Amino acid sequence: MLWCPLSSQAEVEETLKRIQAHKGVIATMVINAEGIPIRTTLDNSTTVHYAGLLHQLTAKARSTVRDIDPQNDLTFLRIRSKKHEIMIAPDKEYLLIVIQNPCE
Amino acid sequence: MAVLQRKSLSGGRLLKYTCVFKQHSEFIYHAVLLSFIGHPEIFPLVFTTKTQEIFNCRVLEDVTEENCFKLIKKEDIIQDLKTRAAISDFHPVKKVVLEYPGEELLVVFDANFQYGQNFYLVASEEAKENLLKPPENTEEKEEEKEEEEEEENGEATLEVHPYKPPVHKPWVSLGSEKEVEEESVKDTAIKYRISRVRRKFGAPITFTDKNASHVKDSYIECTSYQDKAFSIKMLEKNVGIQMVPKVREASTQTKWTYPKNAATQYFPRQLSNEEREESLSSEKLKEFFTSVHLRMEIALQQNEIMNAFFDDWKALAEDESSSGGKPDIYLKAYQSFTDLHYLKDRTISCVCWHPTIYGIIAVSARQRLFYEEQVNLSDKSLLQQSVILFLSFFDPIHPQLMLQCSEDIYCFQFSPSDPNIIVGGCINGQIVLWDISQHEENLQNAKTDADGVKMSAIDMPSLIEVQECSTEPPLVRFCTVSSIQYSHRKPVTDIHWLPDYSEANQTGTTFENKAGVRVQLVTCSPDCSILFWDIPATKLPEQPSSEKVREEEMFDMPLHVPDTLNQLDLCWKPLIKVLHSLKTSHFNISHQPLTLEFTFLASQDGEIVYSDWKMEIETDLAKTVSQKYTIHTESVNSLQRSPFFKDIVLSIGGRNFAIWKEGVTTGPILQSSCSAGRYTAGQWSLTRPGVFFIGRDDGNIDIWDLLKKTYEPSHFQNISKSMITFISPCIASRMFMVITPYCAPLFTIWPMTLWHTNLCIIAWYVFFLQCMTTLQKTKEDMEEQENADYIVFLDLEMVMDLGLVKGQEILFSSDA
Repeated sequence: MLWCPLSSQAEVEETLKRIQAHKGVIATMVINAEGIPIRTTLDNSTTVHYAGLLHQLTAKARSTVRDIDPQNDLTFLRIRSKKHEIMIAPDKEYLLIVIQNPCE
Repeated sequence: MAVLQRKSLSGGRLLKYTCVFKQHSEFIYHAVLLSFIGHPEIFPLVFTTKTQEIFNCRVLEDVTEENCFKLIKKEDIIQDLKTRAAISDFHPVKKVVLEYPGEELLVVFDANFQYGQNFYLVASEEAKENLLKPPENTEEKEEEKEEEEEEENGEATLEVHPYKPPVHKPWVSLGSEKEVEEESVKDTAIKYRISRVRRKFGAPITFTDKNASHVKDSYIECTSYQDKAFSIKMLEKNVGIQMVPKVREASTQTKWTYPKNAATQYFPRQLSNEEREESLSSEKLKEFFTSVHLRMEIALQQNEIMNAFFDDWKALAEDESSSGGKPDIYLKAYQSFTDLHYLKDRTISCVCWHPTIYGIIAVSARQRLFYEEQVNLSDKSLLQQSVILFLSFFDPIHPQLMLQCSEDIYCFQFSPSDPNIIVGGCINGQIVLWDISQHEENLQNAKTDADGVKMSAIDMPSLIEVQECSTEPPLVRFCTVSSIQYSHRKPVTDIHWLPDYSEANQTGTTFENKAGVRVQLVTCSPDCSILFWDIPATKLPEQPSSEKVREEEMFDMPLHVPDTLNQLDLCWKPLIKVLHSLKTSHFNISHQPLTLEFTFLASQDGEIVYSDWKMEIETDLAKTVSQKYTIHTESVNSLQRSPFFKDIVLSIGGRNFAIWKEGVTTGPILQSSCSAGRYTAGQWSLTRPGVFFIGRDDGNIDIWDLLKKTYEPSHFQNISKSMITFISPCIASRMFMVITPYCAPLFTIWPMTLWHTNLCIIAWYVFFLQCMTTLQKTKEDMEEQENADYIVFLDLEMVMDLGLVKGQEILFSSDA
């Protein structure tokens, strides 16, 4: 990713670094509303793979929550698998995805 | 079979085949004759005597078998032909002679009638020369080949010669034309064979001619008919069949209703670098992060703290299954201790681990005695100085510290609240107290001073022997020793500190010890008494309660020495004396707060008394409820409380052991069968409930795992040749235990954790509950027992007046 010395970007960078520095974190990704990755720590093909799949899953999860109760909204999605845990924080325009290995 | 010489007419080289005429025993002359009939060069001739005379080739005179060649001039032959014309012998070959190119013709005498006649004419120059000359060569060759001729014939020489590919030659007839001619159909007259019936034999017959063209179609035939004389039924006929696949052409047409995607290929959309950069620097992204990062960090931290989905139950089961196989249950000697100076000819009576400092063991030794003499121990007078040695893991040879005492120590204990206070029971019944606070630092530094050099000026108010050499460990004299008059009469067999939350006073009531410091201890001895002792107050750091002060007055306390403990020499008296009819060898205090209940007492006669007594202030008598059980045949060696369950006690003695539970008055909840050897020591495992170790008199350690087998030990291992006297677990580390054999001056430390800790306490407790439910005595039995107890109690009231000293005595009722 290109490095652009703007302050807001610096904040973003700092936040991402902080998240990445947590124990057990394997990868961090930021995806826009259409599922196109903006920022990632993995290689391109894997990122694209994750982005495509998780974007659809998040949309489905959100639609499920809102279908049950229209006042409700999805705030966080955690997928726990045998090997690691995928955490997705959705928003209106973007999606933050973090993959962590929880086993101590 | 012979291979004969071939001669080519065309003038080619004469091929040299062996021509072994001489030794052909199987030579078939007729075959040869036939093959040479058509030979163009050899003309067999018959020479009459007249001809022989003319040409000087008379047989056996001019021409012999060896000298068979005769050259005759051509002109002579022609002359002869002219002279005698038809009667000349050369007449048949006249043409040959006339055509002969050379001057002389060779005539060979054919003694063996090889060619059919007695002479033959050679018609070509080459052949002539070959016959004349090569006989020399062939003769030589024949001689060479005679040796190897037995098994092979002409082909042998073919192999010797290099292979020459066959050269095209004209056809040379070998006489097969005759046969061919016989077989061939020539344009000759057709022969018919006609037969007539027999009666017409001899009758005239007329033949006529008929032109074929007169017949219709110009065709006349003699049809064939089935010959009746010749009828052979053909039973089997060979028929050939061929199968040919039928090939048929067909065609069909399908209808394609609508086109449908069979496969799709796609690639993901990606943002260009500029777009990405733009997104990254947008405000929306910043807001997004502001709102989202907190949630994310909370979630990440949750995962870091613990794994919420970890299945503890399954993990527990996995531990079990992994240890389900043959476990590695081999006890290995970790460390061996010996001391030649102080432990020589002695046996170790008691071993204690230092409660706080890792690696320090205290050992007390006593005179080695035979089993029978142990009972009458108090009669012996011991002259040798007896000590308690402190040994360290890191220096197994040199003792770190020595505690001196006047008598052999039978058992001793560290004070749990202050590990620097050690109290020991002597063989003659006295109680001794040591204080090693000055040496605590040295003990803790024992690791670093591995050489064992412990030079330190010990500032103890009591008498300390000065060290003479550097290898001598520091000697600590006892602080206090109890008065002989008021101590036990027999060796102190067991000594315990009271739990720090309860305390007894003179009247026997128990009250809570607010100081939190262990100040009281209880001793028992086979002289049927149990004594409560109080640690002299000045030694203790805090003395808040008023009752304490009152107790102090009991003791004679000289004033002039600040540290008054040593002045209490021989003045230390017990607080309470309890008479019992049991020759107690071991006891075990229950851990229930605020009440002092001796629950288990074990005697030298093998009896276990479970007493649940409550002391009452007013009456001298105590209402006692006690049960006595005789399970063991010999004296009880050890009485151990389980470290996991506070109400389970293991008693080991004689040839069996028993497990008791507080509150169960019907007997032991588990009793082992008699074993072959005697059990001499025992200890619960500190890490695994349900596992205990029993030492035997043959030096074996039996490891019992009650969850696996209750009828026999799970494992046993031989430790030493002599009887095991003591097993002591290390509470500080829970890792080791000390096993002391009887005869050896050394004792060894064994690692105790054999398996990983198996926390199946629930299963263990269930097991115990099951044991209890199986021991159901009838109601009548229990009543009987109670009645018997009451009767005995009444009898023993009278004993109260005997031998009482200061302090209150509580009678126990017990009955044999």
